[in-house]
Amino acid sequence: MTELPPFQILIDEHAGEVMAVLRGAVGRSDADDCFQETFIAALRGYPKLSDADNLRGWLLTIAHRKAIDHHRAKGRRPLPVAEVAEVAVEDPEPSEGIWDAVGALPPKQRAAVTLRYASDLPHAEIAAALGCSPEAARRSLHEGIKRLRKELA
Amino acid sequence: MKTAIDRFAERAAAEGLLDVAYTSADSPFGPLLLATTPRGLVRVGLPNQDADELLVDLARRVSPRVIEAPTKLDEARRELDLYFAGKLDRFDLPLDWQLSEGFRLKVLRAIARIPYGQTRNYTQMATKAGNERAVRAAGTACGRNPIPLVVPCHRVLRTGGALGGYGGGLPMKEALLRLEGVLDG
Repeated sequence: MTELPPFQILIDEHAGEVMAVLRGAVGRSDADDCFQETFIAALRGYPKLSDADNLRGWLLTIAHRKAIDHHRAKGRRPLPVAEVAEVAVEDPEPSEGIWDAVGALPPKQRAAVTLRYASDLPHAEIAAALGCSPEAARRSLHEGIKRLRKELA
Repeated sequence: MKTAIDRFAERAAAEGLLDVAYTSADSPFGPLLLATTPRGLVRVGLPNQDADELLVDLARRVSPRVIEAPTKLDEARRELDLYFAGKLDRFDLPLDWQLSEGFRLKVLRAIARIPYGQTRNYTQMATKAGNERAVRAAGTACGRNPIPLVVPCHRVLRTGGALGGYGGGLPMKEALLRLEGVLDG
């Protein structure tokens, strides 16, 4: 087990990314509140964390849960995700327009897209963060990308 | 981004989750690291000490909830500024002694009572702490003082008058003693 570093190191190294992910997941105006919730929850649980090896993944998982909580509180529900054919995926250029479109996606797709492209998480970690199978994560991602393509075409 | 992080630090403190707040503070000798718990000042890092290592040590020995929160150290910084300007001869800051225990703690508490501009020797400190023969242990206690400057271990000299050592380096010890009028120049 690696030792827990001072919490400030998590802030210094990951705050920007957590904020970017949350902006994608809940939109610019609500991202700050979710950011507070994320870091307070992380700080609360931090001393009991047993494994310091993947602090970034741990933080992003919390951020994702806070984004989901936020959407639930707003009474939204994820749309059912349909089976889709495998499509080739390109890295979108992260611009304001893209993030607005990402913000308009249904929650699960939005989360999958932001975790993949804002955080560069592999499918397995996205699945862990979303609490679903890697295959379901892949589907959400592809569905999200497909919608984005249509929106931005 | 900075606003969001500042807001977070404020809220962490309000919710009782800010176990160790720290900041860097300027001094005539270079940057100091100041760290406080809710109980009081727990650590002062001198300019020649590695701040990152001190923070890792605090995370291990006090709590990993270590956050940069300068406002929590405003009063400590203010008093240190006055001290370096020669305008303050007694610190009035709550201290958290948890990094010291046993004989060393007794020595440090005795050191905390040495008045500005006066010196003692290691033998006197050992005696004050209840064991006049533990002179070497008293020296070790000074050397490991977690709250230098505020707990003025620079006022403790070797028995016989030689300066002895200092965690911040001998030139700093000399400069502090000059500032307090103990040494000429």
